[in-house]
Amino acid sequence: MDNWASPASSLWPSSETAHAHSVDILFFGLLASSLCVLVLLFFLLLRFAIHYREGNARADRDHRIKKSWQLETAWTAATFVAFLGLFVWGARLYLNLSGPPANAEIIYIVAKQWMWKVQHLGGQREINELHIPINRPVRLIMSSEDVIHSFFVPEFRVKHDVLPGTSEEIWFNARKAGVFHLFCAEYCGTDHSRMLGRIVAMREPEFEQWLGHQDTTGTMGAQGKALFIRLGCSGCHGGNGTVRAPVLDGLYGKRVPLSDGTFRIVDERYLRDSILKPRAEIAAGYEPLMPSYEGKISEDEIVKIVAYLKSLGGKDTQP
Amino acid sequence: MSAPRNYLTEDNRLRSWFFTTDHKRVAVLYFASITLFFFIGGAAATLIRLELINPQGHLVTSDVYNRLFTLHGVIMVWFFLIPSIPNTIGNFIVPLMIGARDLAFPRLNLASWYLFMAGGLTTLYAMFAGGVDTGWTFYTPFSTMYSNGYVVLAVTGVFIAGFSSILTGLNFIVTIHRLRVPGLTWYRLPLFLWSLYATSVILVLATPVLAMTLLLVALDRAFGIGIFDPARGGDPLLFQHLFWFYSHPAVYIMILPGMGVVSELIAVYSRKEVFGYKFVAWSAIAIAGVGFFVWGHHMFVSGQSPFAGLVFSFMSFIVAVPSAIKVFNWTATMHKGWIRYDAPMLYALGFIGLFTMGGLTGLFLACLAYDVYVTDTYFVVAHFHYIMVGGMVTAYFGGLHYWWPKITGRLYPEYWARAAAILIFFGFNMTFFPQFILGIEGMPRRYHVYPPEFQVWHVLSSAGASILAVAYALPLFYLGWSLFFGARAGANPWQATGLEWQTTSPPPKHNFEGTPIVKRKPYDFTVKGKARAQNA
Repeated sequence: MDNWASPASSLWPSSETAHAHSVDILFFGLLASSLCVLVLLFFLLLRFAIHYREGNARADRDHRIKKSWQLETAWTAATFVAFLGLFVWGARLYLNLSGPPANAEIIYIVAKQWMWKVQHLGGQREINELHIPINRPVRLIMSSEDVIHSFFVPEFRVKHDVLPGTSEEIWFNARKAGVFHLFCAEYCGTDHSRMLGRIVAMREPEFEQWLGHQDTTGTMGAQGKALFIRLGCSGCHGGNGTVRAPVLDGLYGKRVPLSDGTFRIVDERYLRDSILKPRAEIAAGYEPLMPSYEGKISEDEIVKIVAYLKSLGGKDTQP
Repeated sequence: MSAPRNYLTEDNRLRSWFFTTDHKRVAVLYFASITLFFFIGGAAATLIRLELINPQGHLVTSDVYNRLFTLHGVIMVWFFLIPSIPNTIGNFIVPLMIGARDLAFPRLNLASWYLFMAGGLTTLYAMFAGGVDTGWTFYTPFSTMYSNGYVVLAVTGVFIAGFSSILTGLNFIVTIHRLRVPGLTWYRLPLFLWSLYATSVILVLATPVLAMTLLLVALDRAFGIGIFDPARGGDPLLFQHLFWFYSHPAVYIMILPGMGVVSELIAVYSRKEVFGYKFVAWSAIAIAGVGFFVWGHHMFVSGQSPFAGLVFSFMSFIVAVPSAIKVFNWTATMHKGWIRYDAPMLYALGFIGLFTMGGLTGLFLACLAYDVYVTDTYFVVAHFHYIMVGGMVTAYFGGLHYWWPKITGRLYPEYWARAAAILIFFGFNMTFFPQFILGIEGMPRRYHVYPPEFQVWHVLSSAGASILAVAYALPLFYLGWSLFFGARAGANPWQATGLEWQTTSPPPKHNFEGTPIVKRKPYDFTVKGKARAQNA
């Protein structure tokens, strides 16, 4: 695959989401405020530098400003207020990124040195390519098999690190069909600069068609269910084992009591942590009996089991 | 020549240099060492820029490229920028400025140079024996589990050099507290000392955290203790918190001394006292204090909680306020002054322009939603080079030229120095301004090969770098020349007011004949063209 065939060869990457457009406006806001300061400062510097040069004995140097605290207070306050405005602007836009809409298309990403592995809920797999529908929020659930990577799509103006041992999320909503760069933005070793991919944004019908044409070995949920049985999870969690373990049907999205008296919303990260570090957060009323699957299960397998557990129902149920 | 005996001519056997406890000689040892490191780091930068002319990178392999930018970063940060002004100019000038015979702990001062060299040579050995490919940030778990370089040896070197930083900071703090001559109250201290004091506080408080962090990296890598390994219950993000808890304040270790130098230069060459002296002085302390609470702005996309992101973004805007105050006050200092354009003043003006550019682009990065886009791109690279090189290195050269007559007893050639200052300014902008554009275009940093649409800006940047390389080499020649052939400098060639100008150039071994007494504020240029010395 020729990653160098540049999808966007213009000087400025086009903004392909509503968020990207807002970020561009923020950029112009920052640029305008900076230019105001720069122009004023450079004007004063130049004017003073020329007018008050030693050779210009005729310059008026009487009545130098003595009391400085009024000026100091004024420019300190002005700076502070301007900074506060920029902070609020940037922060509000940033908070938009933290809550993906409930109807988002979920796609799993597993990063490793030096490739991006993609799996759709239907079980379709891709490497270094990510097909997405447009005009629909897409939520990526990302984890790494080795070091820290970072998922970066310039056209969407978003980036998020992908860490080993936990799952991170990013979401966006592309407005137009097209092909965009996917970069790894966190230095990850020898071929960091070759850890590239393409985002292929398609209209909904074409995306569905594309999904339908991919070979799969069952949906992620089905594959996860097979693993759930093969790894022996169902022996206890199946509901009819000898060991008493929580039933996982309809668990996702619920608020569950923990043995230490606190509560925890069951999300992606809790499910993953419960497989890898089962004794960290025990559901109330159960014995800490479950063994850790750390090192016994690959990143790809965890992702599938989590997808299966989510498919068992609960809030924001996925097919 | 019947020049009076001075610290240089006192005793010139080799052992008198290597076992000296004279702060001025230790400063000279540091000058020689960091110049060596500067040109080693610079050579790596030159290779990087040559490599990036071609998007496919035909000069070196990716592994070599990754080692080059690691070498450049590690050497420049820990073995040039951090010691640059404090350990050279600071070592030389601090006791002179306060009228003391030496630093409070002269032997500790020498020990800190030995530690610095031990650390530097260890790291250099690691860099050349097999190299390190982690980047200067040593991010885990890459550095602890996946890197195939000499990580343990390199971090050991930085660990050792850290103790040199701590000892220097400690020495300055005690010296400034205890050894001021009678009459030299805190508000009569030159602003360079306020800056160095603030710097020293950071050195003492932050460096131990770096030492601890690097020790953990070495232990994790060598013995697999797993503190940063998620598979064993460790947390890779913990490293970033610890690392930036040191490394963000370290940015202020690097820039505060530069701000101090510039405060001196603007005052002397405008022949006016610094406008808003107390505001400039306390802004240094404010930067040092608030600077400890902004480390998370390096981690907006790392997976820390969005609320942490909000707090760190806010604090980062706050820490920019005192920097802005300084810039405004320097500008106001020039108002109604008698401004001269000797080379140090050209450097000072260059500093104000470049530092302001670096500071304003820092706001882009403090601003959450925009940072998410440009973090880990060339925008960040350009931003911190504007602060570190455009700011700090420019101030270092300004200070070096300003105090050169005091240190060597010789004047530097003025026209060459001005030419170099101007060439550095243009070469610098040509090198690093295109990198802002690369960042805005979305080009990630630490890329050995890159998509061809970015090439034009890389070529421009590399062209600028070749100018910059020549410009930085120039002072080596004309300053070297002036050591032997420069005109003899009097005690006070700039008619400056600081105590360091009241003794001969170069100063005698014990700095002053008798103890000076200070009766007035610094920067009292009340008579046009002539300075009224602080003790007059």
